[in-house]
Amino acid sequence: MTVEIAPPTSGVGEVRPPTRGPASRRPAWFGQHVGTALVGMVAGYALGHWIGNVIASGYAHVQGSGENDVAIVLGMVLGVLGWLAGIGALNYPLAKLVGRDSVPRETTGWTRYFRYNLTHKVVGMQYLIMVLVFLFTGGLLAMAIRTELLSPTSHIYGPGTYISIVSEHGTVMMMMASSMVLGPLGNYLVPLMIGSRRMAFPRVEAFSFWCFTAGYFVILSALPLGGFPTGWTGYAPLQTEATAGMDSYLVGFLVVGTGMVLAGFNIVVTIIHYRAPGMTWGRMPIFVWSILVTGVLLATATPTLAVACLFGILDRTAQTAFYVNEHGGSSYLWENLFWFFGHPEVYIMALPGFGIVGEMLPVFTRKPLFAYKVGAAGMVGVGLLSYFVWQHHLFQSGINPDMRPLYMLTTELISIPTGFIFLVGLGTLYKAKMRFEVPMLFCLALYFNFLIGGITGVFLSDVPVDVTVHGGFFVLSHFHYTIMGGLVFAFFGAVYYWTPKITGKTLNQRLGKIHFWMMFVFFNLTFFPLFLVGLFDQPRRVFEYAKNLQTLNDVASVSAFLLGSSFLVFVANFVWSLWIDPKRAPANPWGSNGLEWQTASPPAWYNFERIPVVLADPYHYSEPTEVPVADLAPTNFADAAAAANGGGA
Amino acid sequence: MSEQTGPGGTPATQERPFRLMIPLWVVLSAAGDLIFWFVAGPHVPPGGMSNVARGAQFDFNVLFVVALPVVLAVWVYMGYAIVMWRASRPGAPEPVGGPAARGNFKVQVAWIATTTVVVLGMFVFGTVELIVPAGAGGGEGPNPIWTPASKNILPIQVIAQQWKFTYRYPTFGGMETDRLVVPDHTTIAFHVTSLDVIHSFWAYQIGVKADANPGIDNVAFATTRQLGTFTVRCSELCGIWHGAMYTYGKVVSKSQFEKWAISTERQLAPNTKDLPPFAYTYTPSANGATGGYYTPHVDPYSKVEHYGATPQHPKVTQPAAATVTTATG
Amino acid sequence: MSRSGRIAIVLGMLAVVVFLVVFTAMSFVGSEPPTVNLTAGHVPGRPVHLVLQTDGAVGVGPHPTWVGYQAKDPATGAWVQTGLWQVPAHTKLDVTIYQFDSGSALRNQNWGRVTGVSATLNTAPFGLIDSNKVPVGHTFSIPALGISVPLKGVNTSLKNFCTAGPCNPATQAHNTITFSITTPGPGSYHWQCFIPCGLGFLYGNGGPMQTEGFMGGFLEVMA
Repeated sequence: MTVEIAPPTSGVGEVRPPTRGPASRRPAWFGQHVGTALVGMVAGYALGHWIGNVIASGYAHVQGSGENDVAIVLGMVLGVLGWLAGIGALNYPLAKLVGRDSVPRETTGWTRYFRYNLTHKVVGMQYLIMVLVFLFTGGLLAMAIRTELLSPTSHIYGPGTYISIVSEHGTVMMMMASSMVLGPLGNYLVPLMIGSRRMAFPRVEAFSFWCFTAGYFVILSALPLGGFPTGWTGYAPLQTEATAGMDSYLVGFLVVGTGMVLAGFNIVVTIIHYRAPGMTWGRMPIFVWSILVTGVLLATATPTLAVACLFGILDRTAQTAFYVNEHGGSSYLWENLFWFFGHPEVYIMALPGFGIVGEMLPVFTRKPLFAYKVGAAGMVGVGLLSYFVWQHHLFQSGINPDMRPLYMLTTELISIPTGFIFLVGLGTLYKAKMRFEVPMLFCLALYFNFLIGGITGVFLSDVPVDVTVHGGFFVLSHFHYTIMGGLVFAFFGAVYYWTPKITGKTLNQRLGKIHFWMMFVFFNLTFFPLFLVGLFDQPRRVFEYAKNLQTLNDVASVSAFLLGSSFLVFVANFVWSLWIDPKRAPANPWGSNGLEWQTASPPAWYNFERIPVVLADPYHYSEPTEVPVADLAPTNFADAAAAANGGGA
Repeated sequence: MSEQTGPGGTPATQERPFRLMIPLWVVLSAAGDLIFWFVAGPHVPPGGMSNVARGAQFDFNVLFVVALPVVLAVWVYMGYAIVMWRASRPGAPEPVGGPAARGNFKVQVAWIATTTVVVLGMFVFGTVELIVPAGAGGGEGPNPIWTPASKNILPIQVIAQQWKFTYRYPTFGGMETDRLVVPDHTTIAFHVTSLDVIHSFWAYQIGVKADANPGIDNVAFATTRQLGTFTVRCSELCGIWHGAMYTYGKVVSKSQFEKWAISTERQLAPNTKDLPPFAYTYTPSANGATGGYYTPHVDPYSKVEHYGATPQHPKVTQPAAATVTTATG
Repeated sequence: MSRSGRIAIVLGMLAVVVFLVVFTAMSFVGSEPPTVNLTAGHVPGRPVHLVLQTDGAVGVGPHPTWVGYQAKDPATGAWVQTGLWQVPAHTKLDVTIYQFDSGSALRNQNWGRVTGVSATLNTAPFGLIDSNKVPVGHTFSIPALGISVPLKGVNTSLKNFCTAGPCNPATQAHNTITFSITTPGPGSYHWQCFIPCGLGFLYGNGGPMQTEGFMGGFLEVMA
């Protein structure tokens, strides 16, 4: 393999300290930040709403329904643009447009986290906090759902409110989960892991984050607008006939989707082009492999969703008929487009979890990663196959009924590469010396949960069984076992694992263990009963259910509340250990070989003093002679690169 | 994984983990499978009210019996690993790294081969179980390619609308009723369609689920086997009262069915003559009863009066499946 | 910053978050339509009278142009725009509906049938309306009880046609539909109109059809 020569901006010897211009001496409120972005958002919304009213308030259907979707959509779009302009995301492109050069000003201090910052570590931290905000918002909505389902017939909310809460929960969680690992950990850690100083496109990176943030406001605006009744799947034509809250869903996914495409694209380019010399494909950490495949999926699958949302917006505002059968459209079109994105999306939410456990297991077992190449191939295989399975969501829809065996086959084939992930995990555990630190507990929990989630997926792929379990709580449990049991567990494991790296401080391990055990036990107690509830004919998203299912539902509800409270332990730990009473973490607390641990914690602005020359993969544990992962101070670039090519596995 | 060559590939150590794991796994799997198959299996939903329900139950049980050993294999292994290969166990040996621990060709090939064989077996099994019972109760679109052998198929149209299912019996004058009554030991073709958004007709105990799309005739077959009541629910989110789209159907004896159908047909006759002629799909005016979305004066592509439509299949008294050819897109 | 200062900031932010969550939750609970109570002061054995009207435009609340039901509050005699009616169990419930809205042909003529009750239209018993000839405005249906009654529409060209609710039965054009049911055991029974009547929404099934308190709600039967 050839050495990837990094572009000149991050070449050896060039160490550019952060620009300490006048910006850092300005008062904290000065310049462009979240505050100006909020002002821009409000102003943009007002302007768009006004324009919309001018254009469309005379339309017959607007007068009939009393709702002007044109005004609301324009308001949201201009609101998002106002947000981006307010934060400063448009300064550079607009300056370029008029032929000026915009000077990037890197600020330091805590205010940079509230500004348009181009440093991948700042963006990673911003993503981390925003992902948690998304997660806890969705979690509160989940608590609200389980509250309503405490009783089969008496109601705490009306059915409309209930459906709005369900829809909001699903959408917020899906938006969050798509960026949950790639956003914070991908942006923060990938450059460190591949020996780069930065992401390929820092502006694109920051832009994707501020799109993600804008999406949060857009999707939350559904609540005051009356909610939307379609769930996160947004099926048309129910979507087309819904009230104004639906616009939040469509615009929200469009905005978040834009961010997802950009983030995925950026990280793929970074991984391909910004690897340090000697960081061959075969030495790349497994986490980077998972992020690479996730990035490809994000960049290639999400445009389908964006287009589908655009069609939906047009149907609702310009009265086109993409999804209305009687006027030449098709209600199947949305289903196809949505799931064509939606199934790769499922793996966007699964693969980073696999990558995280693959990265942590060797550290806590003191063993090399077993079958590394099979694991990487498995991830690529899952990613490829994920494009060929989407119609298994539509087995009973009447679309292509003769194709059902094919989709059954492709769906079941995915369990082969997914099985590779288990091979990697179980092989690494073999005759290991496991340390049950908090991150390791989360790793083992992922294998426990994902096994159940994966096996029930095989039941769902079998068409005859799917006739019974499709659209019910069985499916609901299945994907909570894979996404929450997989991705969210891995994410929290990763937070415990990499916080010492990112912050230089360590999270309290005792609280971490309490968090883990509460989360693990009550997660299973919440979702396992729901498999049975689903088998016993409870469809998803209903506000009423059969009386004989109350016990199981109540077990799930009470466990869900306790599951929710486990996150309070986490938040308390997070805030206390990182800010109120910080404890300095050791430089490499887990004894990892990973390249990211070979530099300071938290890393300096430039990550590595010199671009390291990678000599080996980071999994050389328990070997008689220590194998250094990289030469961190190559004196002679050419010699080191030659050595990197020649030696090491 | 073979017993002799673990992934660690450390022949020198005395520990033979699979000596304990494999017997434990075999015993647990056999016991679990037998208990499941004979104790829980007969009660697994959706039960045995129709051939497709019985088929779905059988499939679920077979999948469970295959899945349980897989789950147990991982659990036994992980349980053993957690107990025996933890750093806190006194006298735990040091792990050995190096090429042998990084991969073992035989283990990897065995793993891939095993999972591939299991998966392909599942696929063949699932396909047979899908095709033999004519679509296994799932919606097969307007031109089902797998149809039941029976010559005597009772067509029943399920019309979904926000938020209720109504049923038309084309062989009984095209009457439309709120009640779903079906005869025992009869093959039924459910023609599921919608007048507005997407719904899904789910007759739980008779193992039928078919999405209802506007303008689409989605056919699902089932042959009833037992008398009794079954639950009908909508299983595709269709708006505010989705949770209330909840009713019951009945399987009655053939003679009772005849009696019920003929008397209901007579009773509903005044309304039946006001209904549009029976058709497999209807074209609802997208404007709704009082008009207003596609305005002004935009008519649907398919010109219709009110909600009626041109029948796509000319013969309605004939069993639908018999007239359908296998031509499909 | 001192540690106690940080704790204070965290507690302050926590308070803001709790306030936002509680505020959101309360505004949801508060957005539920009111309940018209027919159980207060009910003498067991005596029938209960539920008086409803349907308006082409309810004229009140956040969506004054939407079509909707209003119920007469027996305590005050005022019309309340809501779909939640509380009634006693196992009691004869006399229902009177003043239909002020216009009508049209039905998408599904099945809803032209009266089921589950004997109803009268302007005092004459009726069992079926052929909507191809006589326009139907709404239905009053309780699917779980098998009850459905079509409400004949009013001619919009009448001079005293009511354009905005609450309408006055004494002076404005309407049809009067009456029927009686015996209330079942306690529980919430969903009722709705089955005629797509949401003006300006696709299929007529958005807006008022999908919002509690306009064309749907619950008959809340109390023990």
